[in-house]
Amino acid sequence: MSVPEGKATDLLTNYDPGLYYDELFGGRDYPAEHSALIRQRLAGLNFGDLLRRSQDAERELYNLGITFLVYSNKDAVDRILPFDIIPRVISAKEWAHLEAGITQRVTALNLFLHDIYHDQKILKDGVIPADLVLGNGCFRPQMVGLDVPFDTYIHIMGTDLVRDREGTFRVLEDNGRVPSGVSYVVENRHMMQRVFPDLMQDIGIRPVDNYGHKLLDAMMEIAPQDVADPQVVLLSPGSYNSAYFEHIFLAREMGVPLVEGRDLVVENDRVYMKTTNGLARVDSIYRRIDDAFLDPKAFNPDSMLGVPGIMEAYRKGNVALANAIGTGVADDKAIYCYVPRMIKYYLDQEAIIPNVDTRICREADALQYTLDNLDKLVVKPVGEAGGYGITIGPRASKEELAECRAKLLADPSNYISQPVVDLSVCPTVTDDGIDPRHVDLRPFAITGKNTWVLPGGLTRVALKKGTLIVNSSQGGGSKDTWVLQDGVLQDGAQEGSAS
Amino acid sequence: MNLLARYAECIFWMARYMERAENLARILDVHETFARDTRGMTNWFSIVQLNADEKDFFSRHDRPTAEAVVHYYMFDTQNTNSLVSMLRMARENARVLRPWISTEMWTQINVFHNKLVEMNGKGVALPNLSKVCTWIKEECQTHTGITEGTFYRDQGWYFYQLGKYIERADQTTRLLDIKYHTLLPSPVAVGSTLDMSQWTTVLRSAAGYHAFRRVYPRGMSPTTVAGFMMFNEGFPRSVVMCVRQIDGLLTRLKSRYTLRNGSDAMEKVDELLGALLARPIEEVIQLGLHEYLDGVQAQLCGITTEIGRAFFGQDTVPMTQSQSQ
Repeated sequence: MSVPEGKATDLLTNYDPGLYYDELFGGRDYPAEHSALIRQRLAGLNFGDLLRRSQDAERELYNLGITFLVYSNKDAVDRILPFDIIPRVISAKEWAHLEAGITQRVTALNLFLHDIYHDQKILKDGVIPADLVLGNGCFRPQMVGLDVPFDTYIHIMGTDLVRDREGTFRVLEDNGRVPSGVSYVVENRHMMQRVFPDLMQDIGIRPVDNYGHKLLDAMMEIAPQDVADPQVVLLSPGSYNSAYFEHIFLAREMGVPLVEGRDLVVENDRVYMKTTNGLARVDSIYRRIDDAFLDPKAFNPDSMLGVPGIMEAYRKGNVALANAIGTGVADDKAIYCYVPRMIKYYLDQEAIIPNVDTRICREADALQYTLDNLDKLVVKPVGEAGGYGITIGPRASKEELAECRAKLLADPSNYISQPVVDLSVCPTVTDDGIDPRHVDLRPFAITGKNTWVLPGGLTRVALKKGTLIVNSSQGGGSKDTWVLQDGVLQDGAQEGSAS
Repeated sequence: MNLLARYAECIFWMARYMERAENLARILDVHETFARDTRGMTNWFSIVQLNADEKDFFSRHDRPTAEAVVHYYMFDTQNTNSLVSMLRMARENARVLRPWISTEMWTQINVFHNKLVEMNGKGVALPNLSKVCTWIKEECQTHTGITEGTFYRDQGWYFYQLGKYIERADQTTRLLDIKYHTLLPSPVAVGSTLDMSQWTTVLRSAAGYHAFRRVYPRGMSPTTVAGFMMFNEGFPRSVVMCVRQIDGLLTRLKSRYTLRNGSDAMEKVDELLGALLARPIEEVIQLGLHEYLDGVQAQLCGITTEIGRAFFGQDTVPMTQSQSQ
């Protein structure tokens, strides 16, 4: 790579992650050995070339229609998820740890769901307050006593992880309903293969493009056992859904029809799709529609997206649904706090990946701690979604803190508190050169009979300087996530030597 | 593998819109270049007539000037017969079909559509019209080529072909009808230089000029041109050629995929083919070409309706997508 005269020869010389843990460089005292070669190659590029590649990638994403719909006023606009071409790199060792932790978590959550829809032992033993579960809006009485194949409820799980200042991965949130984002994991990799083959060469990156096969395998496994060659479909709310690209992607990768509610009918408690040759049986449905909209007969009667009667077909065991109905109760904010205890209760293990240090204010000592440290903590109401009612201590005014204190004392069980997490950063291409930006990570796990974790995940990056919010609606983008293979040449010093 | 009824319908219409767009680009192009009257003026109004858009056009324009007509047919999003509208509908269908069609098919339509939208009338002053039309034509042909090379040959392929040939047959009858309609009533002009150049235009619009010359090296009369475009067995845009394709496609579709329905559609195709082969062109003209072409168009409509009933599930469900003939 030629470097124009007068320019700094090393792109990363002036890079400074500050106090945060850096995904490419490692921690202050623990430089990341595994990414040395990647750093070396990146440093040798010139910024103009990097920008050009970056623009090529974004143009390509637009042409391929790898977009999501953004609704503003009355128009729906096709947008790409901004893509940053500097990868986030995870060592083989780190990944082994994450893989084990995610598998453990999915296993515990599935055991929990089976338990609460059957004997409710964990409630009877007082490990989790019964009202948190039974009074939860996502608890589905229709599921009580129903057996599902392999006792798997959460077939597709997305676990939101963050990395703190010390470099410890922590679970921020579980997504066990209809987690999205996996299409970007695969498409980002394809994009990197197109625009950055020279950076990837001989690095030993674990592939991600078999996700569709693994998903299809699981969908076949959970189909009714009497069906020899199960028909799998993906059920989407339709082309105006903002995640429609992902639905297309997954249907393509699995090689199954992408259907909408209007394509399906239920007759005699069996599900059929309308084909050119009349009705054809459907056995296994990967549904990307929330419980509430799935069946107007069983849930929201106004839903136009769902399929009337599908819940009864499901209850009779004539069709498989992934994820199962009623998983929302397991990824609730209030339940999240109890997952480490859940793991202990069902598996007699400590959580491999810890939660963000969370205090449950319904418990007296936790409430006291929260009240004593209000200016340092984030206080969240458990019932709300989308960031409503959150008080961020370090940024709150005296009045806001007083108000928060009053609310906490009035109804402590409605609140949890957490420290502010300093998300790790990753070098990112910005208008001002390569700069650190905060990232999170959402790995995906598929569970049929067994659990498989896609080696990688969606790395979301907060493109706005200083912000910790990685959501695409708030100016977030994504990066390719490289999980390195064990034992492949990864030492920069050895590059170029005979092999 | 089962083909979702809704997919079959989208494939059928995607093919129709792409075919329709190519035809319109051809007509605009050829018109600009060749269709001039004695004073060297282009009669742009005949394009409005050809598409039976008089009412809609005059609701927004006073006179059929070149600028007005070109804009109306290229970029007017309110006009469902404009290129930009056709491409939007082709793209919408392709978007629904992305799990079914090749990535290359989708990408090409997506980029084509986006470029056309970005153009938004800029740079399509008359001197550029031919260039833009050529580009559109080539994009449509690229679509055809990519489809030929990448579209998996199962049921979907048959619905694609059915859409294409029905649209093409329909377009040929329209082209012939409007020209015959506007040209023939003046018996004085028959055989004159102007008349000849107008008929040459008709042939060029259908990319049939050279083929026609090969068959009729010396003579060119309204009758031979009309006969060539209606009944020639080798001309890819002749009505008979298209209907024969439709016939074969339906037969193979039904036998290869053991589809239960479709007999009514096949009967309708038989009827049409029988009617087309029953009379020579001279007799057709004598009885009235316009009425005859109207009849053919109605029969093509009828075939579309039967295909919809048999394969798109239109008997059982109201389709929310309203795609137009």
